[in-house]
Amino acid sequence: MDVSLIVVVVVITALVFDFTNGFHDTANAMATSIATGALRPKVAVAIAGCLNLVGAFLSVQVAKTISGGLVDEKLITPVVIFAGLVGAIMWNLTTWYIGLPSSSSHALFGGLIGATWVAGGVGAIHFNTVLDKVVLPALLSPVVAALIAVSVTYLSLRITRRAEPGVVSRGFKLSQRVSGSMVALAHGTNDAQKTMGVITLTLITAGTLPAGSGPPFWVVVAAGLAIGLGTYVGGWRIIRTLGRRVSDISPVQGFSADTTSAAVILSSTHLGLPLSTTQVCTGSIFGAGAGRRFAAVHWGVAGRIALAWSVTLPSAAVMGAAASWLAATGTVGVIVVAVTGIAIAAGIYGASRRNAVTPDNVNDVPTAPTPDLHLAA
Amino acid sequence: MHIDWASLARVAVVAAAAALTIVLLISLAVVSLSHSARRADGPDGADAAVTHAGVGTAIAALCVLAAGLIVCYGLYLIIA
Repeated sequence: MDVSLIVVVVVITALVFDFTNGFHDTANAMATSIATGALRPKVAVAIAGCLNLVGAFLSVQVAKTISGGLVDEKLITPVVIFAGLVGAIMWNLTTWYIGLPSSSSHALFGGLIGATWVAGGVGAIHFNTVLDKVVLPALLSPVVAALIAVSVTYLSLRITRRAEPGVVSRGFKLSQRVSGSMVALAHGTNDAQKTMGVITLTLITAGTLPAGSGPPFWVVVAAGLAIGLGTYVGGWRIIRTLGRRVSDISPVQGFSADTTSAAVILSSTHLGLPLSTTQVCTGSIFGAGAGRRFAAVHWGVAGRIALAWSVTLPSAAVMGAAASWLAATGTVGVIVVAVTGIAIAAGIYGASRRNAVTPDNVNDVPTAPTPDLHLAA
Repeated sequence: MHIDWASLARVAVVAAAAALTIVLLISLAVVSLSHSARRADGPDGADAAVTHAGVGTAIAALCVLAAGLIVCYGLYLIIA
């Protein structure tokens, strides 16, 4: 396939991935604020969208490699990147439809692993690095976040237990507006850079940019806008899961969860140990729920989320591998993959409209249908 | 298998310290505001009530200011 054409295809696909990253991760920043009423749903996603855009400009230090050492970088061609992105997008859309928060970073890594496996065989995958950089942080980061959130929530509830409930509620709702905004900003500084890195390194591979270049300004703007727009569109299904299905979140708990998330994300990035924002935020929300009452948390939801996390890497890898196998056949293969991806995405979107979650019903948790007592008589 | 325990411990300690401090400050601010609201409606004379309410509000403002400074400093460390 013509190099310049595949580069354009990769850039567009990377921006689409960034968009899905945006709406997939809106819940991380705003689910608790929406659940407690600290912010109205549309205002929340507008704030999160703007701050994601700002965050993208604050930090343009991108990774030096696309996969972070997970695969043999010599085998990463624009076609492999395209296939990996398609795998990641498909998994993001699937988990969005189910309403489960999953890591977009791990989806991207999984897609790249699968695509590279097809391109270069199993020897191209550095499994030890996958274990060290993906699996172990995935196990540890939500636990660390949850433990901090439990402590913080318990402390806050003890201190405020004799205060006027109305003052407590108002005070913490106001504080949540700030803490949720900080999480959105942290997400923007963390996640937009993935797409900037993918596009920049693709341009370097294609010879359009010299080796070692930083992201051009148009790449920063495009990635920032994509993630900001995606955030504004709002992943309402995931917002409902994190905000309403984990436990009944009070403003105190919401503020504690958001503050913990922001603290963990920003300190981990600054100290050189980047963690998944989704896994940290999810851990914080569960921890904040348990900080009030352990039994009040719907641990079944935690089990489903943990299951989704455990299959993210292999599932995205399978999808990336399938895309890579087809795309490697040439221009027609790339077109087939692109059209199939668009069709599947449209199908998932269409299916989601049958039981749509919107800003107006995001805080309504559907109840099980009641038995028809008429028949029992 | 290699876990960078040192880095993870650093992240956990820094994040825990920051989160605990900020939540503690905001909680104290809310409690101060709650006390000042109670005092303003309480049995003390009008002057005493205003004084107590003013002290509570001042403490709350100080706590919020401290929390805000910590947040801004954290952002400065990251952006700079």
